[in-house]
Amino acid sequence: MRNLFNRQNLVALLGIVLLYAVIQGLIVFDIMPPFYKLTLILICIYIILSTSLNLINGITGQFSIGHAGFMAVGAYISAIVTAIHHGPLLLGLLAGAIAAALAGLVVGLPTLRLNGDYLAIATLGFGEIVRIVFLNTEYVGGAAGFTLSSKITWTWAFVLMVLSVILMKNFVSSTHGRACISIRENEIAAESMGVNTTKYKVIAFTMGAFFAGLAGGIYANYMYIIQPMTFSFLKSFDILVMVVLGGLGSMTGGIVGAIVMTLASALLASVPEWRLVITAVLLIAMMLFRPTGILGTKEFSLSFLGKKGDKNATSKN
Amino acid sequence: MPLLKIDNLSKSFGGLKAVSNLNIEINEGELIGLIGPNGAGKTTVFNLLTGVYDKTEGKITFQDKEVSGLKPYQVTHRGMARTFQNIRLFSDLSVIENVKIAYHQRSSYSLASALLRLPKYYLGEEEMQHKAMNLLKIFNLDDKAEETAKNLPYGEQRRLEIARALGTEPKLLLLDEPAAGMNPQETHDLMNLIRWIREEFKLTILLIEHDMSLVMGVCERIYVLDYGMIIAQGAPDEIKSNPKVIEAYLGEEVV
Repeated sequence: MRNLFNRQNLVALLGIVLLYAVIQGLIVFDIMPPFYKLTLILICIYIILSTSLNLINGITGQFSIGHAGFMAVGAYISAIVTAIHHGPLLLGLLAGAIAAALAGLVVGLPTLRLNGDYLAIATLGFGEIVRIVFLNTEYVGGAAGFTLSSKITWTWAFVLMVLSVILMKNFVSSTHGRACISIRENEIAAESMGVNTTKYKVIAFTMGAFFAGLAGGIYANYMYIIQPMTFSFLKSFDILVMVVLGGLGSMTGGIVGAIVMTLASALLASVPEWRLVITAVLLIAMMLFRPTGILGTKEFSLSFLGKKGDKNATSKN
Repeated sequence: MPLLKIDNLSKSFGGLKAVSNLNIEINEGELIGLIGPNGAGKTTVFNLLTGVYDKTEGKITFQDKEVSGLKPYQVTHRGMARTFQNIRLFSDLSVIENVKIAYHQRSSYSLASALLRLPKYYLGEEEMQHKAMNLLKIFNLDDKAEETAKNLPYGEQRRLEIARALGTEPKLLLLDEPAAGMNPQETHDLMNLIRWIREEFKLTILLIEHDMSLVMGVCERIYVLDYGMIIAQGAPDEIKSNPKVIEAYLGEEVV
């Protein structure tokens, strides 16, 4: 347990708690305008989405663009549980995430044999199929969508986001995560080093889908209304842009990408006709000057804080 | 009982017979060379052994168990590891991560322990770090553990690839042209290294090589492959004077 409570983790924990407390304080004392609160919760949702897509696209190197499909599964299933069956919120969110993970497993098993463009097309197709299915299901309101009460607070969104990121980061920095990275780096070598590549692709895909479903559930239970159009191809594309902007293969990059893109679209909300133009120009500039994304495959870390402690640990050995 | 036994192994790509009726037996602890002119089918044999290709006919028995038809990772799990002719490192990862990935299949903690950071995770990671560092020390790469693999000089990349293969803790090590692109001094060092790791890790080694000084210097027995068939086998001295081998390499002797 000594390892879990090193200085680095404690500082990170302190930062997270502080960030939460400050914003919660601003909300409780009504200082924070509602629009800011909306943006903050959206940032939490998009952080989960972009880091989970990063798990598939950046870490494992499989090109998936059907993330909105998993998000939709999570959103609808959790909405059915909480709004139609009046189940508790946590149960709804979990049900949505698990349903999305199952969808990921079912889609992943056959399609992960495909590489590159073919996988992209297959996942794109999956996303559209999900959308069309919900569009034509009267039980969930069809094209009009259906309304539910908003139960997600800043606390829910923030805590779930932090938990998701920690779980995904733990995965990536374990031997299982390294197995996924080795697939991205060189699939043939990975396999000949004893990595069951199919298994790890499916694990990454299923995990990515799980967290996308969770994010979908948070979205649905915050937004009052969900409609099939929300989960179109464009949504998948938005998430992909965040991942690429932040840096494919960097978990912290995914977070940065999500924050930057959500803030950009919030700041440009007053000039809607220019919003897409400006983001497009930004992205083109990005690709010209820093094609690996803001962080590349690097991780932002607090390891400089722990260095002294680490040295002591090794000298004890 | 031999460690590796190849019976009548054949592989066709469409109409082309890349390997035909191959018979090889390797006993435990031997250091065997597989040589032959370009395009003779040597790498195809490696790919068949490690499950990259599926055989057309024949049988491969490793440690008394059939391994043909297994996937590459399963073959590695059984105790066969290889290096590649064109280096295939995880080039954007650090040197030590390359080796750690090889230890993955023997990792001692589950996905759940990793996600929840249970004590098993820390123990497992510590053990892996320790083992990987030890291996790097043996290969004189420990001071470059944090370096990105692609930034290593060529010779060190080759060494790292061998180290990584040893990370899978194999019984049989397959080296595909380990001396390719090395200068004579590096080749000489490599020769000593190969001999040494065989003793140290109690390995059996099968190597493909073009560099005759290396093959003749370290191998106890040599198989010569030409057009997918074994044309000669025996001790290095016999091979050197075998007319068929000379013909395959140099054409017919001019009197």
